[in-house]
Amino acid sequence: MATPTLAEVINRSQHHGLIARITSQQIFWVFMAAVFACLALTLLTDSFATERNLFNVTRNFAFVGIIALGMTAVIASGGIDLSVGSTLVISAMTVSVIMSAGMPFWLGCLAALGISLLVGAVNGVLIAYAGMPPFVVTLGMLSVARSLAMVLSDNKMIYEFGPDHDFLLWLGGGSTLGLPHPLIIMVILACLTAFAFRHLRWGQHLFAIGGNENAAVLTGIPVARIKVSVYMFSALMAGITGVLEVGWLGGVTTNLGQAMELTVIAAAVIGGANLAGGGGTAFGAVVGALLIEVIRNSLILLGISTFWQGTFVGSFIVIAVAFDRFRQRKS
Amino acid sequence: MNVLELKNISKRYGAIQALDNVSLAIAPGEVVGLMGDNGAGKSTLVKVIAGNFAPTSGDILVSDQKVAFHKPLDAQKAGIEVVYQDLAICNNLSAASNVFLGREPTRRIGPIKVVDYAFMRSKSAELFARLKSETRPRDLVHKMSGGQRQAVAIARTLLSDAKIVLMDEPTAAISVRQVAEVLNLIRQLSDHGISVVLISHRMPDVFEVADKVVVLRRGELVADKKASDSSPEEITGLITGAIEHA
Repeated sequence: MATPTLAEVINRSQHHGLIARITSQQIFWVFMAAVFACLALTLLTDSFATERNLFNVTRNFAFVGIIALGMTAVIASGGIDLSVGSTLVISAMTVSVIMSAGMPFWLGCLAALGISLLVGAVNGVLIAYAGMPPFVVTLGMLSVARSLAMVLSDNKMIYEFGPDHDFLLWLGGGSTLGLPHPLIIMVILACLTAFAFRHLRWGQHLFAIGGNENAAVLTGIPVARIKVSVYMFSALMAGITGVLEVGWLGGVTTNLGQAMELTVIAAAVIGGANLAGGGGTAFGAVVGALLIEVIRNSLILLGISTFWQGTFVGSFIVIAVAFDRFRQRKS
Repeated sequence: MNVLELKNISKRYGAIQALDNVSLAIAPGEVVGLMGDNGAGKSTLVKVIAGNFAPTSGDILVSDQKVAFHKPLDAQKAGIEVVYQDLAICNNLSAASNVFLGREPTRRIGPIKVVDYAFMRSKSAELFARLKSETRPRDLVHKMSGGQRQAVAIARTLLSDAKIVLMDEPTAAISVRQVAEVLNLIRQLSDHGISVVLISHRMPDVFEVADKVVVLRRGELVADKKASDSSPEEITGLITGAIEHA
């Protein structure tokens, strides 16, 4: 046998064929499930493939998808963020309160994103520097942030947004070239996130921390700083969604985004984020969010009570994790 | 010239004398088997050399220059690398990513610095080739054998131009074939002029690769002799105390 050249050795990898490589990915099967569900619904109902319904589906899933990007980063680094729903509402409330006081959109938006980053920073510092479990810290923040949103708004509904009222509604509820704005923004953010995961040292380091935190420390990776940045990233995604969702709804109350963390975690996990840390992709987060929204939509269209939604979302998390366990045992 | 020289190193924790006047010299490319029972002071000695903590008294010389390590990074900069027992490896990353963990090379695209995967792969392939290991840079570590994982951890030390590599029980939990692989890696390091301190309980492994055997007992250095002039029986006697001194 001839000795292989250096280049040949480099190009060898464990999966050889392209098809084998694609079908070995969990995302592929989740994506197929979503496509299958869409096809089935198109055939079974008259209402699924209508323009109006598809517009709603894409927009709804974009909100979950954007936050799932942040959640995937957190989960991949070995943590969890239960406070995303509350971060969303405090961001939404901040932008609303500022704009309804007659200030321009950019100021409200900047303040909303600033507050979100602050929420993430508090989470991150308590987790990374005080060494507290992410579950406890973000569970506390879940309560604190929503309560602060109530304080901020006096728990009143806001539906007047001052001089930039129309712009806000256009941003969250409008569309360009037939594509809803939240969807466009999600696609852009997903591409940026995928790039950061794969090509920035930040991405390498966060996956290293999720894989083996001890090794990350020993090799000199600034673990604490990366962790703080990951929780800030997650909060920023929730903050962006908050601003967009106000524009879509045209009004905001303090129950916005309630119990959303579960849906988002489900989306991330279904998309391949490993709750034990070290795995997850931006594309997976988006596909996971898509599948959940299609299922949710199908329950409504098929006339099944929406009370069943929680059963589906909850089961999905458990099934996705069980699937992952099963695969690991096999290999 | 010695790569590393310890002169009368003592380390005391309160009333406990963990190391008592230990002196040791290591030449370039020399493989030293460091042996001793549990609690004999092996890990304390390694931690002193690796800069985890300073000795109570005594001097450390690297390439005949006196040094003082305040943290592990100082020792690393002086060319002292540690391969930890659990290898400090991320299973979810590729071999190349693990070799470069924490010091990923980047190249600029406009204002952004992106990780240079092409360089990481070719450089780590080169390092694996130098170690005569069949590890492939793109493979995920979690699918690798114990020997290949060791190769990844050792390639990391080559990357930083280490002068001396401390290995803590590298053959403790792996199969017979993999042990042979690891011992080969140690020989490769030695052939490249890198000294190795091999901490091990496994007598046959030590005698297979070590040029010199050093025995610690209750913090004292009781033997420092050529492996070819000694025997497993003698070393066992020295470890247990049946033989007082060599």
